[in-house]
Amino acid sequence: MRELLRKIIRTGRVAEDPPARPRGTVPGAAGELRGSVQIRHVDAGSCNGCEVEIASAFGPVHDAERYGARLVASPRHADALLVTGPVTRNMRVALRRTYEAVPEPKVVVALGDCARGCGVFAEAYGVAGPVDDVVPVDAEVPGCPPEPEAIVAALRGLTGR
Amino acid sequence: MSAAGTVGAVAQVLLVAAGAPLLVGVMRQVRARLEGRAGAGVAQPWRDLRKLLRKEPIAPHGTGVLFRAAPLVLAGAALVAAGVVPLVTTASPLDGIADLFAVIALLALGTVFLALAGLDTATAFGGMGASREMVVLALVEPTILLSVFALSARVGSTNLGEIVTTTLHDPQLVVSPVSLLAAVALAIVTIAETGRIPVDNPSTHLELTMIHEAMVLEYAGPDLALVEWASAMRLTVLLGLFANLFAPWGIAGTSLLMLPVALLAFSAKVVVLGGALAAGEVFMAKLRMFRVPELLAGSFLMALLAVAASFFLAGP
Repeated sequence: MRELLRKIIRTGRVAEDPPARPRGTVPGAAGELRGSVQIRHVDAGSCNGCEVEIASAFGPVHDAERYGARLVASPRHADALLVTGPVTRNMRVALRRTYEAVPEPKVVVALGDCARGCGVFAEAYGVAGPVDDVVPVDAEVPGCPPEPEAIVAALRGLTGR
Repeated sequence: MSAAGTVGAVAQVLLVAAGAPLLVGVMRQVRARLEGRAGAGVAQPWRDLRKLLRKEPIAPHGTGVLFRAAPLVLAGAALVAAGVVPLVTTASPLDGIADLFAVIALLALGTVFLALAGLDTATAFGGMGASREMVVLALVEPTILLSVFALSARVGSTNLGEIVTTTLHDPQLVVSPVSLLAAVALAIVTIAETGRIPVDNPSTHLELTMIHEAMVLEYAGPDLALVEWASAMRLTVLLGLFANLFAPWGIAGTSLLMLPVALLAFSAKVVVLGGALAAGEVFMAKLRMFRVPELLAGSFLMALLAVAASFFLAGP
């Protein structure tokens, strides 16, 4: 315990200074959320590259939580769905149902090239299509995988902070 | 019953209602800073509640009256407890029901309703969370009763206001073995009852490790806002009760002038306790579910020793 305390004191704050607020319009219904966005992450068939970057975006360095975004455990608690990966056949119904379980107002963010257009998995036999084919998408984050800075910027677009 | 008492009781309910989400914000902020993060700010829980109140309410298919009533009962019980427990004033007009058993039963009532609502959703996680919550509750209740009973034995009354007043007039009681044992026992059960680490993790995403969160997975919008607000109020009331049983200084009696001081003292005590709790959580991992009864049995033993000591050390 003393080790840990010493480490906490020695490390101090690792969160980087927040970059300037990204410009652009607030997508979809996110304008009604005003500074608080609960996010449910749905892995629709990702290679887990995007998941690593999401973990990094919510880690101490980028700290997406300081802008009012928070990952939650249930779609009922969520305002936004963060969908990664091309939608596989097995996840199509699950994604649709998750979308229906989210109370209005809700937004969907397609994260990564796979979610936007199937990426390297395009035309694979298990893939049903991009996220846009299954649920309406309000915001997109390009990249394979997208950088944590890009994810944080997209989330700040939702929270408006 | 006095005018000052009435004003004090109203003030403490308002303070708990408005301040409880801020306390949760402070605790999250303390954790964030210790983890090297910047944190979302103290007001973030209020922003979350404001947003949830504007969202669409959804009741899952097949749920009944119980599911809709549970958040109201939970919030109602927490509000009544906030009015009854001597947090800011000992001269509350509700002092007659500020009985140890009544207050514990009030807090348990909300928990039981939430567990029933968890069962009502008929999802696997709802039932699992409900059964776990009942296990914790069944082990926590006797410990709370016993440890406050140990404190009440020397006063000769189970009235919380009287226990607090006696400690106020006789400060050396705080350092007696009875108080110390009861304090340790009560601290552990407060942590268990409010669902903090090491018993439960309030920010977990893993359904298999959830207790409290698993029961409320199906709530959305305004209902979820009520549940979260009520949980924050329970935390505040329990921390406030703990603080005033062992360090009652600053609490107002029948004097109206003491009231602002008492409000400040209460806020300071609860913020210090909450901050300490959050800081402690950084150093700890959650206990395995099957180890939780051992921890709670240990705290029960402390409470039992406190009761025994209160009779042996009472003297002639």
